[in-house]
Amino acid sequence: MIKGVIEGSFHITGGDFTNAGIASSEVKSILTGLGISSDIVRRAAIATFEAEMNVIIHAVAGVMHYYVSSERIRVVINDMGAGIPDIEQAMQEGFSTAPDWVREMGWGAGMGLPNIKKNSDVFRLESAVGEGTTLEIILNLREEDLHEAE
Amino acid sequence: MTLIQIIEILEARVVFGPNADETEILSVCASDLMSDLLHFSVRPKAMLITGLTNSQVVRTAEISEIKAVVFVLDKTPEREAVELARQKNIPLLVTRLSRFTACGRLYSEGLRSCTGEDR
Amino acid sequence: MKLSEIADRLGIKIKTKDCDTAREVKGCYISDLLSDVMANAKEGDIWITLQTHPNIVAVASLKNLSGIIITNNRTPENDTMKKAEDEHIAIASSPLSTFETGGLLYKMLGC
Repeated sequence: MIKGVIEGSFHITGGDFTNAGIASSEVKSILTGLGISSDIVRRAAIATFEAEMNVIIHAVAGVMHYYVSSERIRVVINDMGAGIPDIEQAMQEGFSTAPDWVREMGWGAGMGLPNIKKNSDVFRLESAVGEGTTLEIILNLREEDLHEAE
Repeated sequence: MTLIQIIEILEARVVFGPNADETEILSVCASDLMSDLLHFSVRPKAMLITGLTNSQVVRTAEISEIKAVVFVLDKTPEREAVELARQKNIPLLVTRLSRFTACGRLYSEGLRSCTGEDR
Repeated sequence: MKLSEIADRLGIKIKTKDCDTAREVKGCYISDLLSDVMANAKEGDIWITLQTHPNIVAVASLKNLSGIIITNNRTPENDTMKKAEDEHIAIASSPLSTFETGGLLYKMLGC
């Protein structure tokens, strides 16, 4: 059982590839600790990891907030960065504005946003060019997705 | 197939290898694109073969629940990658073989892709 | 083994027109990193990758590779196809993963 809303936040620094994934990894272990089924945890972890990488690759800095209740997992990522001029284009698989050196690190293949959308039940993306981007994702939880935490 | 058998087939050295005789591997991904690993639903007991050596490789393995990582062409993983692997208990191997030879040998031994349908 | 025979036996089609399908494939290199291919692939190798962007053609041309197989059913971008036709680089697309495409080719080339 999850009582009330469990929440927390992480700071993400643009360009910090060394610490990339720490926030998502923490979210993953928190969700696992709450007894949420492994399939949902995995989807949430993938979505948050891609979102975290987007901040690291494209923004100066960002914050990831998570809120977990017995009904849903909600994650909001705000960043200060260049923003996305054309969201529809950014959502296309394979479209990427990442520089070559990022591609050579294994990222920037234009799969991030489609991956996030694929792994979430609700996906909202808002962006202001020159200011930043806000991404909100929700994964709905059903009764059978919740187990007694160990 | 156990990780011990894979170490023999790939003539690999072990950078970090807890329980190699008990770790079972059934499928393989050969990729350098992390989002592709995150995109395709990875089968259970999967292993990654890659040429990238940074810590995000290990992080991606953790997130997609990949059980072990093999680095090809004798590329040693970065210090942060090894540290993270220890924390997350993900075995790391290094082989001098190319990815082609490594994939070929493991495919010939019956391992299959960690993504997509059986063929 | 000739490029056309490899395509036949893998059951895949070479998508580019005007390329030398009789070219001998001497070996194979698997990678998704252009710098890695630049450093380590050998002349005459066929290159297996997931990458689809136009730079792969430039790399294949510079290294004089025998062709490119794009895996996991990914389709090359239009610019990639156009560039490949200009430079006579063969591009084929495989529905299989990189691991399986590489595995099958390894058996075929009798490595």
